[in-house]
Formats: sequence, structure tokens, C-alpha cells
Amino acid sequence: MRVEKHPILGDLPQQKKVTLYYNGRPLEAYEGEPVAAALMNAGIRVFRTTAKRKEPRGIFCAIGRCTDCMMIVDGVPNTRTCVTYVKDGMRVEKQEGLVALKHTGKEAEK
Amino acid sequence: MRQIETDIAVIGAGPAGLSAAYQAAAAGAKVTLIDENKRPGGQLFKQIHKFFGSREHHAGVRGYLIGEELLTQVKESGADVMLDSLVYGLLPDKSVGVIHEGLNYSVKAKKIIIASGAKENYMAFPGSTLPGVMGAGAAQTMINVNRVLPGKRILMVGSGNVGLIVSYQLMQAGAEVVALVEGAPKIGGYGVHAGKLRRAGVPIYVSHTIKQVYGKEEVEGVQIAALDEHWNMIEGTEQDFDVDTVCLAVGLNPMTELAWMVGCKFDYIPAFGGHVPLHDRNMETTVKGVYVAGDITGVEEASSAMEEGNMAGVAAAESLGYLSHEEAAVKKEQIQNRLNVLRSGVFGERRKSSKEKQLADMESYQKGEMTR
Repeated sequence: MRVEKHPILGDLPQQKKVTLYYNGRPLEAYEGEPVAAALMNAGIRVFRTTAKRKEPRGIFCAIGRCTDCMMIVDGVPNTRTCVTYVKDGMRVEKQEGLVALKHTGKEAEK
Repeated sequence: MRQIETDIAVIGAGPAGLSAAYQAAAAGAKVTLIDENKRPGGQLFKQIHKFFGSREHHAGVRGYLIGEELLTQVKESGADVMLDSLVYGLLPDKSVGVIHEGLNYSVKAKKIIIASGAKENYMAFPGSTLPGVMGAGAAQTMINVNRVLPGKRILMVGSGNVGLIVSYQLMQAGAEVVALVEGAPKIGGYGVHAGKLRRAGVPIYVSHTIKQVYGKEEVEGVQIAALDEHWNMIEGTEQDFDVDTVCLAVGLNPMTELAWMVGCKFDYIPAFGGHVPLHDRNMETTVKGVYVAGDITGVEEASSAMEEGNMAGVAAAESLGYLSHEEAAVKKEQIQNRLNVLRSGVFGERRKSSKEKQLADMESYQKGEMTR
């Protein structure tokens, strides 16, 4: 849920709305906001499950430290969604356990 | 690998790093300020309350407005700002390993200032890993920066200033704070912040803790219990609250990885959040040419972080000859005086004695008396 009105910060500023896909489902998001914030706004709180005990995890620190909010973003697993920013058409998937990294082609560069 | 050469690399663009970059660049040094985030400011932009202290400490000004002022100063000072750039390592030759948009950079600097900040502490109880249990700072980021409410009905743990202030800010953002729970027998933070919460009708349970958080996939409720004088839960005192979110404001710990990696010597100071690098009055560590500033040197607050950043920036610029010793001495004395004010009074006393211990241990180390 958005904080539309705020006694100190004022009304929510106008921002560019784009589409983010969560497990294939389209969600409205603001361009450039953290993926985690867009999901939280849509009421999605379970971002991944742990590898061994399959327990749910969501946002804990929101500053890129704890790695609880890792998801698969545009095919890249183990992506920290609190420090990954929304682009139009971005695809986000809930992550089950740990997922192996695929080669992106960029790691060839030294 | 791409090479960048600079006089001073500043790691972290929070209040300490911004202040350090400004001071050094304004003195004429070539400064490269590096931060992992897309926007500079660290945790300053989520602080919408008015700051304390005197006029020199921006008293009465809200945190995010201080942040905007600092950003303007840094921009005008001519420092290079590398954003979206993660520092993954620090080598003894003072090269900084940086990843930016998937590419590897090596920033070679004559001096390094580490201003990496702190992260929130965790607290373990049954259900503490359920989605909906989060750091108070995380909730604060969500409401004040991202403008998203983390929940509708919230219970806060911890009555230090973070717990008190974030509870009030959650209400300003439209959430209901059903209770604040504190393990100690008295409220930890400033009376003025606690008073605002009490006037708003939020009950504060001192000598209480969380017994469990329940819920299948996410938080559905919380049970608290009273503590005896030995901090053991008293059976039969359990109370349940219908909440969807539990926020933890149980302290922070310094992010010291880069200082360990480059070989700095450390102190263990519980009042500062754990292990902190030794440093002298110039903020220089046991590794020559490597400075620290802000919460990495011991968790305090944004005002002291800015002053430590000023100190490190001035000292690093001086060591490279951009400021004469006389010019630097005047600036450093002013900064030190402001730091002393911030570390005075009932709430500052513990931080003052902790900082004195850290400085004294640095002196012993320099004299070769420290054995570890």
C-alpha cells in the first residue's frame, strides 16, 4: 500500500508507472524504485524459500546486507531485490532454495 | 579491468562519506566517492525527524534536508561520484575493487576513507524469520523513501531512539502501532520521542519481550511476555496482539569487512556495536593512509558521522599537502569541539568514554604496547 499523503513529506510525487511481472503476473510499479518496494506495495511478502528447510523469507534489512530478499530477476538468481531497481517489463520470480548462476557472457571480461 | 587513479577514494556516500568527500575535494584533492546505491545519502534520506544538538549540528533541521544540503556541497566541491558501484575488496596497495554494471574497476588511490556505515541487529525468537518481521530501519526506508507501508498493524521491539522515532513515523505514514516492547526496565531513548508516542496512545511495555511470532507463511500475530529481574520470561504473563508486522529496533553493528580485509587492528567495544577499527584523532587506522569515519568506527548517529567524515576529509587532504598544517589544525579543532558537544550529556557520556578507550588503545598500539 502506498503512502499517498504524508504530514512531513507531502503528497506522493508523480512518478513514471511501468509494468513489473511477478511470476508472470503484471504489477504496476514505479520506474527506478527497488523491486522489493514494488512487491511490498502489491502485498507480496514471501520472496523466496530457504534451501534446506523450505522456510519462507521476505524483506528484513532493505539495504542490501541480509540477502533475505533474493529472487530471480530477469533470469538472474540470488538477486537482492531491495537494491535492484525496477525497469519496464522486468520479470521477477519467487526463488525456491538456491539456484545456480547461468553464464551471462559478461564474466569473460577481466 | 578498468583503472581509475585518484588522490582520495571515499567508500560509502552516507553522511560520513559525503562530508569527507566534500572536505577533501573543497581543499583541492581529487576525490572519488563510491557507493553501492543508485542514490547517495546512505540512511540520511529516510530520517525525516528534526535533528538535535546546536545550530552547528543542524539542530531543528530534518535529516533528509541536511542530506540535500550535503549533496549540493559535494557536487560543488568537484568530487567524482560513482554510484551503483559495489566495493568488493580493498588491497594493501590501496587499490579498491569495484563492480559497476557487471564490469570490474580498480580504483587506485593515495588515501582511502572507509565510511561503510552499520547494519541492523537481528533478534532470535520462534517465528523471527517469518516475512513481516523486519528491521525498524528497513520499515523506515520503505515508508519514507519508497513510500510503501510494510504493514497495517505493527508491533515495535526496542525503545532506543530508533524504535521510538520509527514507531512515530510509521503512524505518520498511516500504520497503526499497537505496542512498543522493551526488555529493559526503562525506556532507552529520549523522553521527547517517547512522550510523542505515549500522547498518541501507544502502550510501551518495559521489562517485556517477544515470546513468539506466529503465522504460516507470514506474520499473523505476536505474543509478548513480562521479564523478571534476570531477564527470564514470567509464565502466565503472556499477551497476544493481532499484528501483520513486527519491527526490530535492537541496535546496529558496524560494517567492518573492508577494514578487516586491509589489515586494520580492532577493538571490541559493546557500546559501539562490537568490533571497531582502532583509529587516531585524524581518523587514520593502524594501516597508514586508510581512514575511517561514521558508524564503522562505532555506532553513533548521523551528526557525529558527519563530523568524523569532516575530520577524515581534512586530515587526508592535509597529508597530501592540499591543506597546510596550520589551516588543517584550525579546521580540526573546530570539528573536534563539535564532536565533543555531541558526545556530552547523559546520553553522550557512554559514547564519549568508549571513544576515549578506542583512541587510548590506538595510542598503546602505536607505542607497540598492544600485543594482539
